[in-house]
Amino acid sequence: MPKISKEKKIKMLRDLIAIRRFEEKTIKMYQAGEFGGYLHPYVGQEAIAAGACAAIEPEDYIISTHRGHGHCIAKGADLNKMMAELLGKVTGYCKGRGGSMHIADTELKMLGANGIVGGGIPIAIGAGFSCKMRKKGEVTLCFFGDGAANNGVFHEALNMTAIFKLPVIFICENNLYAISMCSLDSVACEDVGKRSCAYDIPGHIIEGSDTIEVYNTVKKAVKHARDGKGPSLIEAKTYRFYGHHPNDPAEYRTKEESDFYKKEKDPVVLFKDTLVKDKTMTKKDIEKMEADIQKEVEKSYDFAVSSPEPDLEGFLEEVKAI
Amino acid sequence: MRQIEYREAIREACIEEMDRDPGVFLIGEDIGVYGGAFRAYKGLLDKYGPERVVNTPISEIGIVGAAIGAALTGQKPVAEIMFVDFTTLAMDQIVNQAAKIRYMTGDSLNVPMVLRTQGGTGRGVAAQHSQSLEAWFYHIPGLKVVMPATPYDVKGLLKTAIRDDNPVIFIEHKMIYLLKGEVPEEEYTIPFGEADIKREGKDVTIVAYSNMLFKSLAAAEELEKDSISCEVIDPRTLVPLDLDAIIDSVKKTGKLLLVTEACERGSVASDISAKVTENAFDWLDAPIKIVAGLNTPIPYNSTLEQASVPHTTDIVKAVKELL
Repeated sequence: MPKISKEKKIKMLRDLIAIRRFEEKTIKMYQAGEFGGYLHPYVGQEAIAAGACAAIEPEDYIISTHRGHGHCIAKGADLNKMMAELLGKVTGYCKGRGGSMHIADTELKMLGANGIVGGGIPIAIGAGFSCKMRKKGEVTLCFFGDGAANNGVFHEALNMTAIFKLPVIFICENNLYAISMCSLDSVACEDVGKRSCAYDIPGHIIEGSDTIEVYNTVKKAVKHARDGKGPSLIEAKTYRFYGHHPNDPAEYRTKEESDFYKKEKDPVVLFKDTLVKDKTMTKKDIEKMEADIQKEVEKSYDFAVSSPEPDLEGFLEEVKAI
Repeated sequence: MRQIEYREAIREACIEEMDRDPGVFLIGEDIGVYGGAFRAYKGLLDKYGPERVVNTPISEIGIVGAAIGAALTGQKPVAEIMFVDFTTLAMDQIVNQAAKIRYMTGDSLNVPMVLRTQGGTGRGVAAQHSQSLEAWFYHIPGLKVVMPATPYDVKGLLKTAIRDDNPVIFIEHKMIYLLKGEVPEEEYTIPFGEADIKREGKDVTIVAYSNMLFKSLAAAEELEKDSISCEVIDPRTLVPLDLDAIIDSVKKTGKLLLVTEACERGSVASDISAKVTENAFDWLDAPIKIVAGLNTPIPYNSTLEQASVPHTTDIVKAVKELL
C-alpha cells in the first residue's frame, strides 16, 4: 500500500481521540440524567469511522446508523452542534428535532444517522445513483452493523448497487451484538463479508481495531468505486465497550470477553502506540492533543448548555407546507 | 382542444420535466422496454436511455430507498411502485425515512421525490392488487398525497409534484389510464391544495376523487333528471387539502356527501367529514353522508368485487336520502 502521510495519520488519531472523549462525556451526561432519549456509544469502534472517513474526500457522502456519533465526528462535524443536538437545543444540527439518532448535514455530505436498523442501507443506492449520474467521481460510504446485515434491505441494496455498478462502499461494523443477539448466532455464514460473493463484488474481512487496515481497505474499495467498477463490502470485526446503551448491563456477554477487547483491542491505545513507534508523534505530542480535544469537548458542553431551547412558535415550520 | 389519454398525459409531464431538469429521472420495475405496467412510459427508454429510465429488479425497498438517496443528494427521482398494494413492502422507507428526514434533521436535508403508484378495483385482480391505501399516507405528517382523476389534472399535478421539494405520493387509478380528456398543447402546472369544482350545483355537495369522481359525475347527471342539482368537487390533492373549497360549497348547499372507493373505516372521507362538522356545523342542514368501500379485502369474483365498492346507483340513493 502507498505510504500514508504524517498529516493523515495525525488527523486519524485526532478523530479517534475526539470520538472517545466526546462519547465518554456524553455517557456521563446521560447517566447523570442531563438528557433523555437514547444514546448508543461508539466507544471501541473508533478506528472504523476514523480510518474510513480519512480514506474519502469532503465531497463524498456518508450514511450512518443509530450508533453514529463516530461517523459524524470523523466526517468533520462540529462538536458544538452535536452536543447541542443531544441536549435538544435550537443550535443543534437538527434544531432539537432529531437528537442523537438523526444528526445530518448537507454541507458535510452526511446523509444522516438513522433510528431504524438498516434504514440507511437502501438510501445508499440512491446516493450511489447520484454519484454515478453526476460523473464527478463521488462515492458513498454506507455504515451499518451486524444486526442490519440480517435485514432484507441488505440484499436489495447490495444486489441493486452491484447490477448498476454504483460507487457505494458498504461497511459492516460487526461489533458482535445486535442489542443482545450475538452475530455468531444471527449470521448464518459467520462472516457478513463472505456474502460479497453472492453479488460478485469485492469483499474484505478486516480487523476493525486497526486504523491503518481500515484506512487501506476503504481506500482500495473507494478506488474500485471511482474506477466505475461498483460497490464493495467490507466487514470490520469490532466490539462495543459499552452495552447497547450506557445503562445496558450487557449480561449477554462475559466479563472475560469484554475485558479481552478493552485490553487487547482498544483502537485508540493501539493507534497511539503505532504513531509513537513509527515516530509520527511523541507521547508528549499526543498528551497535548488529548488535552486540547478535552477542552474542545468541554467547550461544546458549555455551548450546548448555554444555548436556547427551540421556540415553541416555530417548531412546525418544516411541516407547515405539508 | 385536443384530447389525450390519461397515461399519455403522464408521459408528457415526464418528458417536459425531464427536458427541463437534467436531475429528473424515472426508476421502477418494468419501466424500460416494457414501458411500465400501464405503458405510461412507452418510448421513454429510447428517448432518455437507461441512466434516466432505470429499470430495476423487484426490490420495492430498494426502489424507494434509491429515490430517497438520490433526492437527498441533488437529483429529482420519480419512483414507480407498480401497485399501491406493493408500497407496503417499502413502508419503512416511505414512512420512517422519506416523510421524516426533512423534519427530524431540522430542515438540513430534504427529499424532493415523487412516488407514482396506482390502486383501486375494477380488474378482478383481488385483494392484493386492488386496494385504495391513500389513508395510510394521508395519516403521515411529511407526505403529500395527490390523486388526480382527469388527464388534465394528472399532467399538471405530476409536473408540480416533480418540482416539489418534499416527498409526494402520487396515486393513480388502474381503470382510468385509457380515459381521454382535454389537455392543452401549451405548458401548465396545477398548484397543490386547490380543489376543482367539476360540476356546479346548489342542492348537495358531493366530494369525490380519483375514479369515484366519474361515478359521482354520472350520478349528478342522473339526479339532474329529477331536478336535483349537485355540486361535484374533486379535491385532487388530499394533502394539502382544500378544505375551504369544500366548506364554501357546503355553505351554499347545506348538504354534504363524501364518496371514496377506500373502505370506510379510518378513511380520508371520514376525516373530511369530521373536519366539516367541526368547522361548518352551523351550515349543515343534514348529517354528512359517506359512500365508501365496504370494510373487506377486495374479493376476486367480479360480482363480489363490484359489491365491495360504491357505484353510481349508491351515490344517487345517498343523495336522495340527504334531501
